[in-house]
Amino acid sequence: MSTAKLNRLSPYLFLAPAFLVMVLALLYPLGYMIYGSFRDWNPSQALGESTFVGLKNYYTLWHDPNFRESVVVTLKFAISVVTIEMFIGVGLALLLDRNLRGMSLLRTLFILPMMIAPVVVGLIWKYMYHPTLGVFNDTLRALGMEPVEWLSQHALLSIIIADIWQWTPFIFILALAALQSLPRSALEAARIDGATGWQQIIHIKLPLMMPVLIVTCLLRLIDAFKVLEVILVMTAGGPGLTTEIMALRISRTATEFRELGVAAAMSNYLLMMLLLLTVLMLTYNRWIEYRANKAQRAAEEAL
Amino acid sequence: MPEIKLENLCKSYGNIEVLHGIDLEMQDAEFTVLVGPSGCGKSTTLRMIAGLETVTKGEIFIDGRPVSKLEPKERDLAMVFQDYALYPHMNVAKNMSFALRLEKRPKKEIQRKVQEVADILGLTDFLHRKPAELSGGQRQRVAMGRALTRDSSTFLFDEPLSNLDAKLRTQMRAELAMMRQRVHKNMIYVTHDQIEAMTLADRIVVMHGGVIQQQGTPEELFKFPKNKFVAGFLGTPPMNFLEATIEESNQQLYLKGQGFMLRCDERATACLRREELLKVLVGIRPCDLIYQPDAPSDSAIDIDVVVSEYIGAQSVLIGDCAGQDVMVELKSDTPIALGERLRFSIDFQAVHLFNMSNDLAIA
Repeated sequence: MSTAKLNRLSPYLFLAPAFLVMVLALLYPLGYMIYGSFRDWNPSQALGESTFVGLKNYYTLWHDPNFRESVVVTLKFAISVVTIEMFIGVGLALLLDRNLRGMSLLRTLFILPMMIAPVVVGLIWKYMYHPTLGVFNDTLRALGMEPVEWLSQHALLSIIIADIWQWTPFIFILALAALQSLPRSALEAARIDGATGWQQIIHIKLPLMMPVLIVTCLLRLIDAFKVLEVILVMTAGGPGLTTEIMALRISRTATEFRELGVAAAMSNYLLMMLLLLTVLMLTYNRWIEYRANKAQRAAEEAL
Repeated sequence: MPEIKLENLCKSYGNIEVLHGIDLEMQDAEFTVLVGPSGCGKSTTLRMIAGLETVTKGEIFIDGRPVSKLEPKERDLAMVFQDYALYPHMNVAKNMSFALRLEKRPKKEIQRKVQEVADILGLTDFLHRKPAELSGGQRQRVAMGRALTRDSSTFLFDEPLSNLDAKLRTQMRAELAMMRQRVHKNMIYVTHDQIEAMTLADRIVVMHGGVIQQQGTPEELFKFPKNKFVAGFLGTPPMNFLEATIEESNQQLYLKGQGFMLRCDERATACLRREELLKVLVGIRPCDLIYQPDAPSDSAIDIDVVVSEYIGAQSVLIGDCAGQDVMVELKSDTPIALGERLRFSIDFQAVHLFNMSNDLAIA
């Protein structure tokens, strides 16, 4: 082989190990799952022994009211937590973007919930929500109010609150970073131009933070669709199906109902939803890049 | 159009005081330039006038009204920033009309105003572009336009030309000078470039180390610098400083330094006798040294040519006078060679004398 040819091949040679790992660790399981989703597959069988059923799993799920219910729960959960987290996270960032004494300590405290293991978060909240022993009902009773059956009557609301507690810091950190990288002089110019605090936020800060906020929002959405541990610990999907999000339903279908094929098909539905979100995110990034390039070209022409 | 007055203005960051009692009065419709080296406090002073920095001590009066506790928008001023500070997400028209839109002025009026200013600044074709789609000079113009669309009584400029390349800077400087003639408003302009200061200012305020060194018209400052700093800061190439002792023979005072001996004129003699000094610092501007081979030695200085910087019609010689660097400005067609010893005559009228103990001018 000539040297020139070797040189051309060298990038691929260097990439080969990473590619191999990706095939083994990512593509193989993914392919396995997709393959399995077309079969009537029981955990006691090897995949090869199972029977091919075509799109039957997908079809059954499409018409399964329980699965539909879990899709609705997942959507309700993901959309409400992300919306509320965005408002609180961005709001906090706007409030705390200043140099006060002890601010760095405060910021560190704010991001603590995010660092706690999800199972622990679930346990903590489960105890806090406990109808007789929990701190919430203790407080309500102390204030002379009726205790609330948090995890039975308001299960979805309860897990939404817990998730907000855990994941608002994520948005807070990113929003704060975005805020602090804004051009200072543009904000000063806005002050000179007569913008009040609110007007600065609405006309200058938020529009300039928007690219970061959109990516943050999509990341959080993708994450919220897959949430499992906290809810598993707190309600295990109950009461009834009120908090059975898709990840939980998948896990139960595979372990309790012993229908691996159906679980795989369910995973694929989830995967498709997430893919759609990811594609949206990438398209958005591309669009931003395209606009930046266009702006640069125009600036060069203007010279 | 207001009168702006700074009274004993001080600024500290923590325990470090960076501005030490600035007193300054700016007349109605005056173009004031604050000039000085980096870190002299000129930008801080401007930002305090703008309301972007808090005032530690002292007061700012606009038309007799104390404003140091007011928000920037209550001070009725417009500002042009060094990095332009345009709003990246708004197009040129939106950038220029932001203040007017916040004031909820009628759409028609806003449009007319933007159009008017865009015509003056040659931005009409770019009104729909975003700042990122403009060249440096155009961005600079938008920044000016944003200040002009508002009918503020005072304009503040914070080194507005320093991000431009040399050629564009000269051009924008001329445009600013022209705009200055049309717009009769208070302008306060901060720069570290003494040429900008000299060409634009009605009044120059030279600052150094958080203190005003001297203020006055460009001509006053150039001809009668109060101290060594001002003398050395204004003028290119900068003034030459040579140490000399004062000697007397036959009732006549001489300044004797390394490699030169100058006869004092009557005015200088009177001053020096009054001050009773033994040593002085002699300041001579490079343009005041005149190539004259046959000049008498008591009104001339001999210089060995080390480097000749050809600029065009003029050249700047960097010479050596008994171990001291001396710069001379002369016509490029003067026949000289490197290494040659040349004689330059000095008109004593043009000599500046400074007290070596406190750097103040002797006059």
